Amino acid sequence: MSAANRIAGAGRLTPARIARFTFDGRTLTALEGDTVASALLANGIHLVGRSFKYHRPRGILSAGAEEPNALLDVSRDAARRQPNVRATVQEVFDGMKVESQNRWPSLAFDVGGFNDLLSPFFAAGFYYKTFMWPKAAWHAIYEPFIRRAAGLGVAPTEADPDHYASRYAHCDVLVIGAGAAGLSAALAAAKAGAKVIVCDEQPEVGGALRYESGTTIDGKDGWDWAQAAAKTLAAMDNVTVLTRTTGFGYYNHNFVGLVERVTDHLPALDKALPRERLWQVRAKKVILANGSIERHMVFANNDRPGIMLASAGRTYLNHYGVAVGSKVGVYTAHDSAYEAAFDLKRAGVAVPAIVDCRDNPGEAVLAEARRLGIEVLTGHSVVNAGGKLRVNSISVARNGGGSARKIAVDALLVSAGWTPSVHLFSQSRGKVKFDAATQRFLPGTYLQDCLSIGACNGTDDLQATIDEALAAGELTARAAGAEGGAQVTLHGENAFSWTGGMIGAAEGAGPDTTVKAFIDFQHDVCAKDIRLAVREGMHSIEHIKRFTTNGMASDQGKLSNMHGLAIAAETLGKDIPQVGLTTFRQPYTPVTFGAIVNHSRGSLFDPARKTPIHAWEEAHGAEFEDVGNWKRAWFYPKVGEGMHEAVGRECRTVREVAGLFDASTLGKIEVVGPDAAQFLNLMYTNAWDTLKPGRCRYGIMLRDDGFVYDDGVVGRLAEDRFHVTTTTGGAPRVMHHMEDYLQTEFPHLKVWLTSTTEQWAVIAVQGPKAREIIAPLVEGIDLSNEAFPHMSVAEGKICGVPTRLFRMSFTGELGFEVNVPADYGQAVWEAIWERAEPMGACAYGTETMHVLRAEKGYIIVGQDTDGTLTPDDASLSWAVSKKKADFVGIRGLKRPDLVKDGRKQLVGLLTKDPKVVLEEGAQIVADPNQPKPMTMLGHVTSSYWSENCGRSIALAVVAGGRARLGQTLYVPMADRTIAVEVSDMVFFDKEGGRLHG
Amino acid sequence: MLLIYCPYCEEERSELEFRNAGDAHIVRPANIAEISDEEFEEFFFLRQNPKGLFFERWRHIHGCGRFFNAARDTVSDRFYTTYKAGEPKPDVAAILNGEQDKGAAR
Repeated sequence: MSAANRIAGAGRLTPARIARFTFDGRTLTALEGDTVASALLANGIHLVGRSFKYHRPRGILSAGAEEPNALLDVSRDAARRQPNVRATVQEVFDGMKVESQNRWPSLAFDVGGFNDLLSPFFAAGFYYKTFMWPKAAWHAIYEPFIRRAAGLGVAPTEADPDHYASRYAHCDVLVIGAGAAGLSAALAAAKAGAKVIVCDEQPEVGGALRYESGTTIDGKDGWDWAQAAAKTLAAMDNVTVLTRTTGFGYYNHNFVGLVERVTDHLPALDKALPRERLWQVRAKKVILANGSIERHMVFANNDRPGIMLASAGRTYLNHYGVAVGSKVGVYTAHDSAYEAAFDLKRAGVAVPAIVDCRDNPGEAVLAEARRLGIEVLTGHSVVNAGGKLRVNSISVARNGGGSARKIAVDALLVSAGWTPSVHLFSQSRGKVKFDAATQRFLPGTYLQDCLSIGACNGTDDLQATIDEALAAGELTARAAGAEGGAQVTLHGENAFSWTGGMIGAAEGAGPDTTVKAFIDFQHDVCAKDIRLAVREGMHSIEHIKRFTTNGMASDQGKLSNMHGLAIAAETLGKDIPQVGLTTFRQPYTPVTFGAIVNHSRGSLFDPARKTPIHAWEEAHGAEFEDVGNWKRAWFYPKVGEGMHEAVGRECRTVREVAGLFDASTLGKIEVVGPDAAQFLNLMYTNAWDTLKPGRCRYGIMLRDDGFVYDDGVVGRLAEDRFHVTTTTGGAPRVMHHMEDYLQTEFPHLKVWLTSTTEQWAVIAVQGPKAREIIAPLVEGIDLSNEAFPHMSVAEGKICGVPTRLFRMSFTGELGFEVNVPADYGQAVWEAIWERAEPMGACAYGTETMHVLRAEKGYIIVGQDTDGTLTPDDASLSWAVSKKKADFVGIRGLKRPDLVKDGRKQLVGLLTKDPKVVLEEGAQIVADPNQPKPMTMLGHVTSSYWSENCGRSIALAVVAGGRARLGQTLYVPMADRTIAVEVSDMVFFDKEGGRLHG
Repeated sequence: MLLIYCPYCEEERSELEFRNAGDAHIVRPANIAEISDEEFEEFFFLRQNPKGLFFERWRHIHGCGRFFNAARDTVSDRFYTTYKAGEPKPDVAAILNGEQDKGAAR
């Protein structure tokens, strides 16, 4: 039953609790708590994937988040399939399906492997050189080929059926990483009374204590102490302990993103639970206890399956009870790997040799190796590794040359030392500094309120780490205002103290060699590629990175960055700090789109705004169009009608009888106060103090640069009260613009602004029968032409409901806009409709509104203007007061560029063939035969079929347009050139008599 | 995400509630209609975009709705101070001196 490489009595998993999963169709057993990696290794499987570029066989390299190789496709069911899952992170659950990636037809025999033989052609930068010409081949041949050949997993095709949760949290002290350092710090901060959140990416706390045998804290085994400490913390009211939770992003002002994996390890899916929970934490203080990441050794064929980090070998043995081989060699530049050999040897696994490239390893580990009878070859290096699908031998030679000795192994544990994880520190925009003595980058200058402790701060000794952590916990808690509690003291002991470490290529992979000594496994970058990049002129580490793609894979160079940097520095003949380190960016490890998008999907992605009359419109078959977030009724097709027929009918009906239009989306701002008229004088080009209560005026708003910003009708309800309307899309920015001037430039004015867009439903009743339709419903307002002429406003009642009734028109017909409180919108609409329908009136939508206003030459700001038109350009000079001393834009209008001849002006266009409807956005030229590039005079801004004119009509901006009235211009299209005549902007009822009923 | 102290609400609130509104302390000339092209160019178009200490405007648009001013370092994003619209521009030297004893917790 038990898998072959599981060692009885070793590890912390319970042998009886078995989970079954499949790997490439083969059913395998695992124990609960296994990762996919530990379960595969327990079954003797090292080969799990093919590399990105050369399709070389690859195995499991690590036991943690830094894994570059073991990326697998993991699924629970058809919809819950995820590619590129790190086998070393994903926990096995019963029924899991696992597939290897980037291989065809099978993992052991992969056709793409021929890339490895062709590798001389695939050197660094080959994309940039090989696929340069012919130009057309890039899209057709090269890119599709490269994408298929060089790939990771395949994206899922089904929609994600899971849901994700999001939570904001605040705390005094956020501790990221719950190893010895993080737990000690959390204990100290929590006992001092601080509100603490402590998180760790692993399923259980402990960090490096997971594999470090022989470590004690407070007299307990290190791992047991960690679990007890987590329990103590979790029981405290002021502490939140989060496991399976990665601190992935450190943002401004101590804002940290954590992602908690909630269900991905559970055999039975609880649909009530979110798959992942995004924590957005704002912490007063942050303690970074991220630990460090072991580096691999850079030597020929160091990517053979079975070659892995020494700490990974220890993790699989000490935590999962799995021996990664039966003859396990060790190749190291650091004392820590010796302990892997000791643990394996004590567990009964053969350790043929420890190869140490140093002449003088630590004496304590050397003595223990001797005591255990393990051969140690100091001053030696592994110069090659044999075995295709799994390492089967290493060639060992004395440094400086000499013949190689072949040693048979079935696994090799490697360590080049430890890289402090300064990722989050760097994300916080702290500056790292290079410590020459230990050849590593450490936190230097802090920009945010955080502290690094333990291995990520370069503190190696356990007691020193604990002391540093306790001090940091206490200090940050006090600084955040905590006042309670006792001090914490802890005593920790390691079995051995460590020295050593190297960065860059090892013996046998130096500058004079051409061997494949991998630095970046995921992107297939070798030591020689870095050297090639330097030879080809890349001298900045940022250029070297991009040329070779070193560190640009999804592992973001957690293993490769330092090696690449050291080789670049060596080749350039510079010191490492002079070459520099690339910037670490969020996220620390890949984060799912689900966690980030979270609830914002489907209808919650972007809220839809609906008017109070929306339900009626829906029930009456309206098609809707999106205008910003608004859903607006577009047109109301009858059975058998397309858009063209429906709009034609609506346009005709409005002019012949009448139509109802839902104008509720219009922006509305109530401007109130003794200085309201003076304020509007400053905000609009028109004069408002002359407007009498009960009257309306069309106003134009400019920016200070003189360009049209918005327009709308403003009604004066009383001396001190105006009802301002804005364009539908412009409402929020117009409000912002007004508030800006009121608060900061004209604060002496006594004016209050209130957005009332949503308070009023607006029903436009337009057409010859408009008055007849609404008259019986209106109380308290005389609707006659004499008492209530065009551009009037009055307050009264309609259908018994309070109304602000406007006599105004955006159609050129006799018209009213009935404003009623939003809650009554649909009821009043229905009452009006009940009268209108029998008279032959129709409901019309935005398309008809657009056509009718274009027939009259009424512009739409944002469609016929684009932020570069002045009122004069739009033939609206009449609306600009010549008497006012100031208004926003008064000076801008006098700018030399805004008054010069030949500016683009808004004009009408009539196609020579009345049946041809121009395309909006089409360019306009004077000479269609001019060679390219042609001189473009302007473009079409609005264009429609006008049922009422019996022909097409268009508005356009044309250079010097008004001087061209009657001229023939041309609109070149892909398939033909359309001749047009420049006209004025009014196409229907040029005298405007219809407005007055 | 920035944490911004609104001088009107007298509270630190998340950036989500605010909208940046460009350079602070640019006064619209009272006689704007009379100024020269050069003066208008200076007032409307020219901005310094400095690296380091920067005086800028924010609006607590999803809060109290008020515009206020802030002194922020454009490199570190640290806010030195925020103050109400209309209050005088703080002394640069005083801001930079006062900041030296702050910094990381240690």
